[in-house]
Amino acid sequence: MILLRLALRSLLNRRLTVALTIFATALSVGLFLGVEKVRTGARSSFADTVSGVDLIVGARSGPVQLLLYSVFRIGNATNNITWESYEDIAAMQGVDWIVPLSLGDSHRGFRVLGTTREYFTRYRYRGGQPLAFAAGGRFDDLFDAVIGADVAAALGYRLGDPLVVAHGLASFSLHDDAPFRVAGILEKTGTPVDRTVHVSLAAIEAIHIDWQSGARASGARLDPDAVRQLELRPQAITAALVGLDSRLGVFRLQRAINDYPEEPLLAVLPGVALQELWSVVGVAETALAGVSAMVVATALLGMAAMILAGLNERRREMAILRAVGARPRVVVGLLLLEAGLISAAGAALGLGTVYGGLAIAQPFLDSAWGLYIPIEAPGAGELGVLAAVVAAGTAAGLIPAWRAYRMSLADGMTVMQ
Amino acid sequence: MPAPPPALEISGLRFAWPAGRRGAGFALAVGELAIARGERVFLHGPSGSGKSTLLALICGILAPQAGEIRLAGAPFSALSAARRDRMRAERLGIVFQMFNLLPYASVLDNVLLPLAFAPERARRVGPDRRAEARRLLAALGLPEAALAAASAARLSVGQQQRVAVARALIGGPEIVVADEPTSALDAGTRAAFMDLLFAQVAAAGATLLMVSHDAGLAARFDRSLALDRIARTEAAA
Ligand SMILES: Nc1ncnc2c1ncn2[C@@H]1O[C@H](COP(=O)(O)OP(=O)(O)O)[C@@H](O)[C@H]1O
Ligand SMILES: [Mg+2]
Repeated sequence: MILLRLALRSLLNRRLTVALTIFATALSVGLFLGVEKVRTGARSSFADTVSGVDLIVGARSGPVQLLLYSVFRIGNATNNITWESYEDIAAMQGVDWIVPLSLGDSHRGFRVLGTTREYFTRYRYRGGQPLAFAAGGRFDDLFDAVIGADVAAALGYRLGDPLVVAHGLASFSLHDDAPFRVAGILEKTGTPVDRTVHVSLAAIEAIHIDWQSGARASGARLDPDAVRQLELRPQAITAALVGLDSRLGVFRLQRAINDYPEEPLLAVLPGVALQELWSVVGVAETALAGVSAMVVATALLGMAAMILAGLNERRREMAILRAVGARPRVVVGLLLLEAGLISAAGAALGLGTVYGGLAIAQPFLDSAWGLYIPIEAPGAGELGVLAAVVAAGTAAGLIPAWRAYRMSLADGMTVMQ
Repeated sequence: MPAPPPALEISGLRFAWPAGRRGAGFALAVGELAIARGERVFLHGPSGSGKSTLLALICGILAPQAGEIRLAGAPFSALSAARRDRMRAERLGIVFQMFNLLPYASVLDNVLLPLAFAPERARRVGPDRRAEARRLLAALGLPEAALAAASAARLSVGQQQRVAVARALIGGPEIVVADEPTSALDAGTRAAFMDLLFAQVAAAGATLLMVSHDAGLAARFDRSLALDRIARTEAAA
């Protein structure tokens, strides 16, 4: 008991160096835990984006590529799927619902998604939550658009505002003769939906009527009212989200789509594609975790160096302890205790830093990157990391402890000051 | 009835420091030496003559390369290092020349420190250890205000030496070993310190072995030994 008190008072006596060492350890531990939190947060955010979808269908390419362009609006499809194929899939046995996705146009930097009204009821995010409207509702008219929360916030759109869709993703050629109208604004979801302008499939067709292979047919003008009279049937879509009657049939349906004879198609399970994505980025994640582990190791070695540097001044202490009957192992134990206390304080403060930082940054991460990191009690993994830090710190304490042991044996009773 | 064994016996002792950072090597040999229980012995010799080395051997901090040291008839130097440490904690109280105290610890914790390693001494002190520490400090003339100091480092050197004596005496060890305890004190405090040391060692019924290069202190002791008489020493060239 008295020894623990002495160790604490000895640390207190060197409070400045000890505090700096604790801070260094805390920062490194905070970095390590923070990286882990962001990593798991990013994974669950990605997984949350596709909850409730059983299969994603697109033209044949890689599963990760399909997942990225269809759901996350990252990259582009190499090929479309024809409307006939879409209808065939919709008619396949076991399909409960199917929602088409047609990508390729943009509005002031935001992607435009052509889809059906069913999209708004079928799409689920963050543990099965459905989309909700902050204002307005689904599109009714051909030129109605539903915009995500970020689009509304960034462009300052309100219900009824007009918007013009650009052909292609970063083009100046505007479909300006067919202005859309904001019919609905969605609540914030923390998913790519927030950055998407949704219109009907028919509208996508409509704005391309007078376009032939990417360039405007000369002279032709589009009269919105005339277009409304047309029967617009989509030629092709980019991808489709599929829900099943029963998840048991998912592999059978997947095989059926992959073997579809008319056209090379690819159906992927979102979870499986995500796994594949993680195995791709896993290398970077491991590297990041490795780097932050090295930072922790650096901090702990710094602590060992700090204790080591202080030893010479403390030879007296060791001699006094030996004189009153302390065995050399008590001297060693005291130094290990010191190292353990510093690393425990660093680990605890690091954990506090992570939670404090999270409490401050959570809303920002969510709104800026759609990265929702829940604040919850530390899990077994995190406690394991903390325990490992304390253990490693104590082990690092072996270096000064061993030196103190040698010194106290060599000093005898008199210490040269 | 046979006479009780001496508090301390040395026979055929030999020890050598290897050449190293602290010197070119030093060897010490003591043939026979006995100190009776309750005796107050003064050991003097010039600086560097090996007094502290001999004390470290007597205290069991160093182990002799040959010969034996016995405490109250029981083997001491022949014990394992761990058992020597334990026996030192139980039976010896040590006062250094200076820097006796853990500077960051409180005065009371400094006094109570040996009890952490000496259960027998702790048992003798009884349940209220702090009261006993206070009693000793008061008997050694440490002002009440000094006790309240945040850490022992705040005390004057003279006060620190008194705290060191209290630490050496708590729990009633058999032998008090003091290595030049007065050399950091000025002449005035020195006499007062010696008076208190003698009184409290006598009150505890302890044996006292004190070392100094100041032969002028010898008169107050029962016996005075010159190191070069009891020991052969040899410093490498
Ligand atoms: N820890 C040590 N390591 C090596 N040599 C030492 C050590 N302590 C003392 N010596 C040597 O032993 C000799 C006697 O020193 P010491 O016992 O301290 O003398 P005194 O106490 O009489 O001044 C010196 O020559 C010194 O160099
Ligand atoms: Mg000396």
